[in-house]
Amino acid sequence: MPAHHSNQPANQGRRNFLKNTGQLLIGFSLTQAPFAVHAEGMPFATPRVEEDSINAWIRIDAEGNVTVLTGKTELGQGIKTALMQMAAEELDVNMKRIRIIIADTGQTSDERYTAGSASIEGSGRAIRMAAAEARKRLLDMAAGKLNAPVSGLTVKDGIITATATGQSISYGALLNGKSIEGEVTGKAPLKDPSTYTLVGTAYPREDIVAMATGQPVYVQDLRMPGMLHARILRPPVYGATLTALPENKLTGLAGIIKLVRNGSFVGIVAQEEYQAVKALRVLQQSATWNKPPLQPMLPELFNKMAAQTDNGEIVEKNDSVDPAIAAAAVQHEAVYKRPYQMHGSMGPSCAMAQWKDDQLMVWSHTQGVYPLRSTLADLLSIPESKIRVMAVPGAGCYGHNGADDVGADAALLAMAVPGKPVRVQWMREDEHTWEPYGSAMLLRLKGGLDAQGNLLALKTELWSDTHIARPGGRAGHFIAGRDLEKPFTFSPGRFSGGSYRNAVPLYNTPRQVILYNYKGPLRTSALRSLGAYANIFALESFIDELAHKAGKDPAAFRMQYLNDDRAKAVIQLLIDKTNWKERISKKGAGLGIAFAQYKNEAAYFAIVAEVQVDKTARQYRLVKLTGAIEAGQAINIDGIKNQTAGGMIQSASWTMLESVRYNATGIQSRNWDTYPILRFNAVPDTEVFVINRPELPPLGAGEAAQGPVAAAIANAIFHATGTRLRELPLKL
Amino acid sequence: MEKTVVLNVNGKAWSLNIDPEMPLLYALRNNLQLNGPKYGCGLHQCGNCMVLMDGKAQPSCMMPCAAAAAHTITTLEGIGSGSSLHPVQKAIIEEQAAQCGYCLNGVIICAKALLEENKHPSDAEIREALQRVLCRCGTHTRFISAIKKAAAANAG
Repeated sequence: MPAHHSNQPANQGRRNFLKNTGQLLIGFSLTQAPFAVHAEGMPFATPRVEEDSINAWIRIDAEGNVTVLTGKTELGQGIKTALMQMAAEELDVNMKRIRIIIADTGQTSDERYTAGSASIEGSGRAIRMAAAEARKRLLDMAAGKLNAPVSGLTVKDGIITATATGQSISYGALLNGKSIEGEVTGKAPLKDPSTYTLVGTAYPREDIVAMATGQPVYVQDLRMPGMLHARILRPPVYGATLTALPENKLTGLAGIIKLVRNGSFVGIVAQEEYQAVKALRVLQQSATWNKPPLQPMLPELFNKMAAQTDNGEIVEKNDSVDPAIAAAAVQHEAVYKRPYQMHGSMGPSCAMAQWKDDQLMVWSHTQGVYPLRSTLADLLSIPESKIRVMAVPGAGCYGHNGADDVGADAALLAMAVPGKPVRVQWMREDEHTWEPYGSAMLLRLKGGLDAQGNLLALKTELWSDTHIARPGGRAGHFIAGRDLEKPFTFSPGRFSGGSYRNAVPLYNTPRQVILYNYKGPLRTSALRSLGAYANIFALESFIDELAHKAGKDPAAFRMQYLNDDRAKAVIQLLIDKTNWKERISKKGAGLGIAFAQYKNEAAYFAIVAEVQVDKTARQYRLVKLTGAIEAGQAINIDGIKNQTAGGMIQSASWTMLESVRYNATGIQSRNWDTYPILRFNAVPDTEVFVINRPELPPLGAGEAAQGPVAAAIANAIFHATGTRLRELPLKL
Repeated sequence: MEKTVVLNVNGKAWSLNIDPEMPLLYALRNNLQLNGPKYGCGLHQCGNCMVLMDGKAQPSCMMPCAAAAAHTITTLEGIGSGSSLHPVQKAIIEEQAAQCGYCLNGVIICAKALLEENKHPSDAEIREALQRVLCRCGTHTRFISAIKKAAAANAG
């Protein structure tokens, strides 16, 4: 990391550095001030900290306690614990001394979104470097105090000892009475991974204690004095406009504080939560709407997609691919389909907002507090400086769900009842019908083999709607923004975003990839792994098909075309652990393998799926998933295992069951009956092996499982039945 | 509209002036300020709002308070806290069986009810007992391991 040189004021310079690099801000400050927000408590409105210290990553107080500040939020992946481990390791303090503050525009630096499995690579790296810098600074100070060279000092739990004299001083004592601020120079030495005592261990998540005992953890648990409850009357279908809202129907209902209407946006604010629910039901029955029809339906949607063949975006160009396939001894082509699928968070989105003293506070489970703030500023036409957004964990979201939208709902209602905190809780059907889905996708793959079964070339054509429609400063990205009397328009921006993630094969063969951007009928945005899920499902199914045509073991066939030893290692581990060679040679066993390196640059993941097929009942059961993952330096081994097993089961659920149903009148998947997900009786056993490489940089691991699991299940079904399933969810 | 309803929750009788038609979940979360039971679907489909009603795991999102008054109700908070954790809570923490943790309430409630009736449940019986609970993070296999561990601790 180069040292930062600037003649601008320090803070300004750091801001520019952030803008220039787009991800890392490694400024830090040391101060003796205690901090208002404690690690696991609920983040009620705390004083806004000085603007100057917003860029801090590490704070150490006079007691020697360390506060880590991250712009990333906790989505259930245990990121708080992993980041605290990285700081504690580098600073040589016990975990008990470490607290963490997650994304808050009043306290933490702008790290954009918590997304793309990038928290450890981005925030973790910054925190590690800031911690190393703080340690160096403290050692330099101690060298003077203890009259010893830095090389003669050791640190244990924040106590610095001079080896020669045995004299020691604590971090806290060194700082006593002084406020010191510094920046990361990048010159502070990082620890040798072989000396780690904390990073790479399975340090437990403290927040699980709170979760298991009913302490307040989630945005849904926020309670404030004078808090009002609200519900939103959402339109019945995209683009519907309100034609009549008979307000007199609310007469006689208890507790109604205010009916807020702005164009087709309607919110009801009540004293008690159930009063708001009752009022919502009345409004739902009495409101009338102008409803444009939804179209096209599945499966016509896929035909329309395929018909769009102009303006293809060349993702990977290779002019030799078409001729190679045309001349191949064995030519193969297959089409794969993925329907719209949903995040399906257990807790419907929720937010609280308060407009008081010319300041708007918003508590949200958003994945991006700064982007949400700028989008709220656009929506409300107030400057960003009047808005503070604090992240509070919600139910697992796995991408862009309703969190930002409900934040906007809460902000609009809070403006209408100044001074009062307003809690907006979406109902289950709000979440099911309005969250942005993972896009439907269509993939056509072509490949060629020579007479000996060697792979000659691969060609991929894919059709997809956008996978990135996060708010990003444009109020038209809020549902409410589109419904207002003076509506904001939605512009998808970088259209192809995420669609071709993992579409380019890692296999060493000439390859070509073309993307056709298609605007489908449903609202779409980032769902865990974005386009990678369908792209890897198609690619890894297709490779399996080619291996079969070549008469080769599908695992060996993959290994033959992988150059990266790390990629081969995860596959080899599975071959060994699952007794692959013997079992794959048995017909009808139901074993399938698949592999991918997430984003072609993050974690390596391979998976073996075992299925049992009942041919007469045309049913299959997923018996077991065995995964192998390598994410470079493992920060928290247990965290990676937990994430990976979870990703495997979630992907199995998508793959076996999930598809958003809709018709001309709107979304029909309005609850868990109409959008079933995997329940306990159908969940497979899971086993996860982690390859730890402490000497290598850590890689994002949270989304590695999604695509390979889908293909492995399809491949296992093929192994058992000889039937190739190419449409998700997989039905025999 | 409002009436006095007495709810017996976590060993205490609470006299509340509420709409007797209000589902129990709202009374627990708002009037009693309990966090354990969670709103998930309001339709008895996801199990996030589970409570023990006379010792049996039951969803609380549709049952009117008037009807709930006839029962003894225990929430996650009443199962264990601080240094006196229930074996299931202990095992969940030890096994790190959570991701977002939103479904933990339903898992723990159902597991406790199961272990009261069946001290040595098989994997299949554990799955059956948790069938009403949905988990989106895919923590299922850890939940099953934790409950087995709790059962073993109970027996030991």
